[in-house]
Amino acid sequence: MTIAPSPVAPATTTDQLLRFENVAMTFPNGTTALSGVSLTVNRGEFVTVVGPSGCGKSTLLRIASGLTPATEGVTQVDTSRIGYVFQDATLLPWRDVQSNVELLAELNGIPKKQRTATAKEAIDLVGLSGFEKHLPKTLSGGMKMRTSLARSLTLNPELFLFDEPFGALDEITRERLNDELIRLFTEQQFAGLFITHSVSEAVYLSTRVIVMSGRPGHIVDEFPVEFPFPRDPDIRFTAEYAELCGKVSHALREGHS
Amino acid sequence: MTTTPPAPPKVRTLARSATVRKAKNRTSTWLPPLLVFLGLIGVWYAITFLVLDEKRRFLMPPPHEVVAAFFDPATFVEIMQALGRTTLVALVGLAFAIVIGVLWAVAMSQAKWVERSLYPYAVVLQCIPILALVPLIGFWFGFEYPARVIVCIMIALFPMVSNTLFGLQSVDPGQRELFQLQRAGRWTILTKLEFPAALPAIFAGMRISAGLAVVGAIVGDFFFRRGEPGLGSLLSTYTARLRSAELFATIFVAALLGVAIFALFGWIGKRVVGKWYDFSAN
Ligand SMILES: Nc1ncnc2c1ncn2[C@@H]1O[C@H](COP(=O)(O)OP(=O)(O)OP(=O)(O)O)[C@@H](O)[C@H]1O
Ligand SMILES: [Mg+2]
Repeated sequence: MTIAPSPVAPATTTDQLLRFENVAMTFPNGTTALSGVSLTVNRGEFVTVVGPSGCGKSTLLRIASGLTPATEGVTQVDTSRIGYVFQDATLLPWRDVQSNVELLAELNGIPKKQRTATAKEAIDLVGLSGFEKHLPKTLSGGMKMRTSLARSLTLNPELFLFDEPFGALDEITRERLNDELIRLFTEQQFAGLFITHSVSEAVYLSTRVIVMSGRPGHIVDEFPVEFPFPRDPDIRFTAEYAELCGKVSHALREGHS
Repeated sequence: MTTTPPAPPKVRTLARSATVRKAKNRTSTWLPPLLVFLGLIGVWYAITFLVLDEKRRFLMPPPHEVVAAFFDPATFVEIMQALGRTTLVALVGLAFAIVIGVLWAVAMSQAKWVERSLYPYAVVLQCIPILALVPLIGFWFGFEYPARVIVCIMIALFPMVSNTLFGLQSVDPGQRELFQLQRAGRWTILTKLEFPAALPAIFAGMRISAGLAVVGAIVGDFFFRRGEPGLGSLLSTYTARLRSAELFATIFVAALLGVAIFALFGWIGKRVVGKWYDFSAN
């Protein structure tokens, strides 16, 4: 297995940012979470992954980020600028919004002045200006998630990994943040790999939906999504959208049994 | 598409209602203990005058005699000087216990094998009756100031070790991974993540240790009784001379010292981490 974050970033040679080939993951306790997963994420793509709980979706992201090495197959990552948004906001409760957003730059040794500016910009991007001095415990769930997003944005990622980031939020906040995310995606030009439990969210956000089976997880189907960006919220009420959601749900049910 | 986050809450109204609530809280926290206190004084008088006959009244002198004894100029000076010495021993012992305890716990948090090697000794320290070691400490370190501080440290150390270790290890795994993803080094993780996250637990430990440090200071003094007398020496002197009113006064001063130090460290903890950490669970 190779993880190759190419240091010289030959951006012009290929559009590919992430490639899994026959990736499998068996944990030391014998649980096989993934088997034979092959998937490529290119520049300009926003790929969403749906699959039953416990099928190895989080594991797939952890492998992509380098947190856990896969036990089999090839994992190739063609950028060193990876953003990773967890299901929880994972903010440090003793730091205010500004300094939470600065954290990653700080860990990378970016000078104070520069990271203050970068963080400020990211905070503006997620619509949190005015809340710089607020501590996490005074923020709503949605605002915490925005802070977490801003924190990853400071890395100016080329590849953005999302592990059910809005799963714990209410419907209205979730839809709002989906639109924010689409705006960021069109403005910031990162590629996304986004995990969700919600078929509707998967279709709404993505250029391609991947459907995974139950454990051991493998890819059972994929659906390109052709709606233009930035997405019009009203596509949710069109027949094509409903049809696509239906197909994804169907594939999900088939893969589950 | 942009969304405007909700406007910051109106601070004024919020603050005012918080104050009202706080004032109410205060009465409800102070009133019941105060009533109990008055009740106890009543029981005390009853025992002194109704249960004990005159010859045995020295076993429990009435509250006003205790107060009078305390404010007798000679006794007052004696007790205050002893209080000063005991407080000094307790604070010095506590300071050592905090430093040693935190370093010990940090060392254990850095590697499983260090923890496996050192934690049993922390537990042993907690389990052996320190009183049994006190004479030995006297032999080795003399019967004066250093020995008292050492007794104090030994009694106050364990809560610092166990609380700090617990705090360092209770860091959220997601936060840990956040640091790992940036390839943060061990020192960075310790100083920017583990240590701040452990602060509430460290302060909780400090509060317990502070109370124990007072116990340690008095116990050491009670046994060694050489050098300048602290509260412990005073207790044994008054007992030996059957000066029960003074004995009671000293006991109360010792109790107040314990409470004051406990409260002081509770307050410091709140000042340092109360802004982001909710202590109200305790
Ligand atoms: N460190 C580990 N050791 C052993 N088994 C693990 C470990 N991490 C995950 N697993 C197992 O691997 C499987 C996949 O886990 P994973 O967290 O990737 O699922 P998921 O698809 O993200 O589920 P969910 O949708 O509920 O978040 C699960 O059965 C889980 O119990
Ligand atoms: Mg998961």
